[in-house]
Amino acid sequence: MKELTIDAAVEHIAQVTSFVEEQLERYGCPMKAQAQIAVAIDELFGNIAHYAYHPGEGPVTVRVEVTEAPLAVLITFIDKGVPYDPLAKADPDVSLSAEEREIGGLGIYMVKKCMDDISYEYKNGQNILQIKKNI
Amino acid sequence: MKIAKTGNGSNLCLALEGRLDTNTAPELEEALKNSIEGITELTIDMKGLDYLSSAGLRVLLGAQKTMNKQGTMQVTNVNDTIMEIFEVTGFADILTIE
Repeated sequence: MKELTIDAAVEHIAQVTSFVEEQLERYGCPMKAQAQIAVAIDELFGNIAHYAYHPGEGPVTVRVEVTEAPLAVLITFIDKGVPYDPLAKADPDVSLSAEEREIGGLGIYMVKKCMDDISYEYKNGQNILQIKKNI
Repeated sequence: MKIAKTGNGSNLCLALEGRLDTNTAPELEEALKNSIEGITELTIDMKGLDYLSSAGLRVLLGAQKTMNKQGTMQVTNVNDTIMEIFEVTGFADILTIE
């Protein structure tokens, strides 16, 4: 298990993505799964950066665990910001036309669809959001 | 992300390279804002694009809405990962993907 604690800022998304990719390097993670994980980090870390400590600042801990047989990666985002359950929101209607479309909620929906599991809990004053991707 | 602009008159092609995400989507938004006026045929070439997130979808949706009023827009050279994102989000029906 490896952890990175970093300020919740969108400027740090690339650094978090590199950190996770480094942990996956020796497992031969396919490009597509890597891209999906990168999208999930962009959405989830991006959300935390935008909302968790707004308008102030604060840290996020990103924890990466790889389990073997079956090979899977677990990524946990932990922040001490305002309690926010991204899974509580209803899924967007993805059948609407361009004119009717609203973009809200699409990011978390993409994460739900591209990851194998996602869970949220608020515990000891912390938002704990975990995704799992089988690789 | 790199954006290469080509075209003449009312045609414009924006070729994207890298990642279209929270940090780079504003670059595409700016490039479109500066050059979409008077364009009737817009192409977004994704040959060099690794992936996109919802921030990128938001910009594409804005471009599609603009082009619905003034011409056509097509998205080309979409890789598997990006195609799956378009399908999951319903963007495969909104965009013209060649």
